[in-house]
Order: sequence, then C-alpha cells, then structure tokens
Amino acid sequence: MSWLVQPWPWYVAGPLIGLTVPLLLLLGNRRFGISSSLRHLCAIAVRGRVPFFHYDWRAEAWSLAFVLGVVIGGFLAGVVWPNSHPPQINPQVTAELQRMGLEATQAYMPPELFSLASLLNPKTLLLLLGGGFLIGFGSRWAGGCTSGHAITGLSALQLPSLIAVIGFFIGGLVSAHWLLPLILR
Amino acid sequence: MQQALKPTHPSRRFSQVLAYTPYLLAGVAFGVIAIRSEISSWYRIQEMFRFGSFHMYGVIGSAVLTGMVSLWLIRRLGLKDKQGRALRVEEREPGWRRYIYGGTIFGLGWGLVGACPGPIYALIGSGFLSVAVLLLGALLGTFTYGLLQKRLPH
Repeated sequence: MSWLVQPWPWYVAGPLIGLTVPLLLLLGNRRFGISSSLRHLCAIAVRGRVPFFHYDWRAEAWSLAFVLGVVIGGFLAGVVWPNSHPPQINPQVTAELQRMGLEATQAYMPPELFSLASLLNPKTLLLLLGGGFLIGFGSRWAGGCTSGHAITGLSALQLPSLIAVIGFFIGGLVSAHWLLPLILR
Repeated sequence: MQQALKPTHPSRRFSQVLAYTPYLLAGVAFGVIAIRSEISSWYRIQEMFRFGSFHMYGVIGSAVLTGMVSLWLIRRLGLKDKQGRALRVEEREPGWRRYIYGGTIFGLGWGLVGACPGPIYALIGSGFLSVAVLLLGALLGTFTYGLLQKRLPH
C-alpha cells in the first residue's frame, strides 16, 4: 500500500487527470474547468447586481460540488495520508531558488512564502494576494485556466485554447525569471 | 425564482443533493491526484518554468493525450446525454485577443505564486491555510474582470 503515500510519477498522474475530461462528460455533459467555480462564487456573493454575474448559478452548482471535492481530496492526501517525502527538485533549480533567498527546499511548499507566519510580512501577503488576483482576472478574461484550456481545450483540438496556453507560458516565464527574483530580492 | 419560494419536499431536496455526489467524488479524486502528482507544489511549477525537469510536461502532455483519445472514442461511439445531445466539449468563441491577453495575465500569476485554481483548492484542503489568500485574490480578480468586461478587448 506504500504506493498510496508515495508521490505518483507523471505517467500515472497525467492519464488520471486526462480522464477527468471524459468523466465529467459522462456524468452530465460538463466541460472540465475549475476557474469557472470562482465566477459562480462571485455570482452567489453579488446576487446578480453586476451583469457578468447575473445568471442562474444553481444550474452550475455541479462545479461547486466538484471543487468542494477537491478540497476534501487535498485533505485526504495532505493531512490524513500525507506524501511520504517532499518533491525531488532538480538541484540546479534548487540552487537558483536558494540564490533568490528561499532556503528550505525540503518541503512541499516554501515556508518563506506559504507558512501562516509569512503572511505577517506585508511583502509576502501582497505577493500572494496580487498573484491570486492575476490568476482570477486572467483566467476569466481568457475564459479558462490550466484545466479548461491546457487540458480540456487542447484535448478537443481547440485553437483558442492553444493561444491561451501560449499566453500562460509567456506570463509564467516572465514571472519566474524576472518578476519573482525582482520581488524576492 | 417562483419555484424557490415553494417549500421543497425533504425527500426531493435530498435527491437533489444526491445528484451532485458524483461530481463531489470526481473532485475528491482530482484533489488527491493534484497533491500526489506534486503538480500543486510551488517548487514543481518553478522547476517547469526553469526547464529543470520533464515532470510537469509529462503530466500535462499525457493528460492531454488521454483526453484526446477519450474524446475521439466518445465521438466514435456516438455517446449521448439523458436529453439525447451528443457528449462533446463546447466550442470556444473564435478570436485571439482575450486568449493571449487573459492567458498572459493568468501566466504571470501562475509563475509568481506557483498555483492554478485546482491546486489552490487542493492546497487549502491539505492544510496550507495561507493559500486561502490566493483564493481571496483570485475571487477579487474574477470580480474585477466582471466589472471591466465590457471595456476589455476580446
């Protein structure tokens, strides 16, 4: 049973993630996409006072059930049966990250950015809040995130999704190589 | 709205909730995979954007290939839903502006905080409570897009 707590290799995890696309089609002809849940949560909060959020979110409640499940799955895999060892990152990348001031790479997430104490640092708090903002704003503008465009859209050979994924990579490269070192310095 | 005012029979409400259980379970499976495959780890995302390992490319590539083969099979078998409509992934509206502009902004956030929406939910569940700040930011971003939608190029 030890495979259950060991990190899963890409050739196990990837196909399982890919199967989410047909699974949601078979369950109810739904398009797999996680960022739309953020829109439904906003729609619940503003109760239709903004046109973009004026629609029957109840018809999309399956998406909220799905993300609630993701939280539960995270709890099972992270708290009840946590991974047996931290991600094995390329030593060269580890060295690059250390040059940016991130010491500990023996964890799932860098404590310098994601421990609760780190939120007391205004710079870290702003980085997380701002990064989250870009994710929410960008995914809605593009009409999807990694699940909706990179997995589902590319699987269905849709050109708009390819363009969005190219955008994801341009933005990610700029952040990782230029913005992040600038902010952490 | 009229219907919501009518009292629903408890057994009917129960069956409505029950109808969402398969989606909840699919989400549980996805959450477990997101943690175990390490695609939720900030380090793995940084490693991907620094071309340090094949891991993330392998996950995304094999996921897309699996999705492609399943969609081809679904079409080949002519599977339909309960209403008799063919099972298919909806088409996106044509164009390129919203995809490249929105996509690049999404990528900027992805590269900074190393998490996309799926992992955000999984990480909160796995006890990284600070990731709730990411969720809050993402909700604010989504809301701001909703306010500005008409003024942005699409």
